[in-house]
Amino acid sequence: MRNKVAYLGVFLALALICSYVESLIPFYFGIPGVKLGLTNIVVVLMLYCVGTKEALAISVLRIVLAGFLFGNMFSILYSLAGGLLSFLIMVLLKRTGKLGVLPISVSGGVFHNVGQLVVAAAVVENYNIFYYMPVLLVAGIITGFLIGVAAQEMILRIGNRLK
Amino acid sequence: MKRVSRNDIIFLAVLAAVVAVVFLVFSVVGNKEDGAYVLVTIDGEEYGTYSLWQEQEVPIIQDGVTTNVLVIEDGFADMTEADCPDKLCVHQKAISKNNETIVCLPNKVVVQVMGSEESGFDSIAK
Ligand SMILES: [Zn+2]
Repeated sequence: MRNKVAYLGVFLALALICSYVESLIPFYFGIPGVKLGLTNIVVVLMLYCVGTKEALAISVLRIVLAGFLFGNMFSILYSLAGGLLSFLIMVLLKRTGKLGVLPISVSGGVFHNVGQLVVAAAVVENYNIFYYMPVLLVAGIITGFLIGVAAQEMILRIGNRLK
Repeated sequence: MKRVSRNDIIFLAVLAAVVAVVFLVFSVVGNKEDGAYVLVTIDGEEYGTYSLWQEQEVPIIQDGVTTNVLVIEDGFADMTEADCPDKLCVHQKAISKNNETIVCLPNKVVVQVMGSEESGFDSIAK
């Protein structure tokens, strides 16, 4: 890939735009700060077209910057928990080499929400909020599916040009 | 390149089945009945319990500072004021059904609806 730094900058900008859009969507499932995980589209795209290290760097940078821009310390904590867990799961599943973009993205969406819920429960030391687990699991599957479909099309159409 | 492989479909089907089972288990044990009172906890410690059928305004005071205000009216509990930076607890809808919660993460406050008797979900969660 030519101009790697410039490309990574574009990806970071793209991820921040997704964060901003996400911050505008009210999503109160009883657990404050839980986000839909739309930014995962950039992470999935980078995992397939750029590389694991770069994808991790951009997702962490994105979370910290978005926290300062549209959120606060707590939203950073939340997003990091969700983002890192979902990243880990996606990388591990991708490593198996047996699964396509769609199931990996769906797993990422599910574990994004699981990670956030676990941190929320730990912060308030009240495990009754796991009551919201089913709703968050379903939300994760839906967003993960939509992101997977979109990411797959992007990878097929423009993936070669990003390499 | 095929978009979806056989493996993909199997994986997604298994995942969907697992989520369906979780959903089913939670909907069986977690009842959706109107609650009797709310339990307020701070940092996991009980702060107080308040009847949902008694109109009242509950200031939640931590270290001499009122961090949140809970208003209870007609069986609904609603967070109306908070000094947290995100105000997400204030934006949350009023709660009335068993196990529903309002969470203020920065202040570590959890308001939870409880039934008159222990519901199944509580006994599992504990
Ligand atoms: Zn709050």
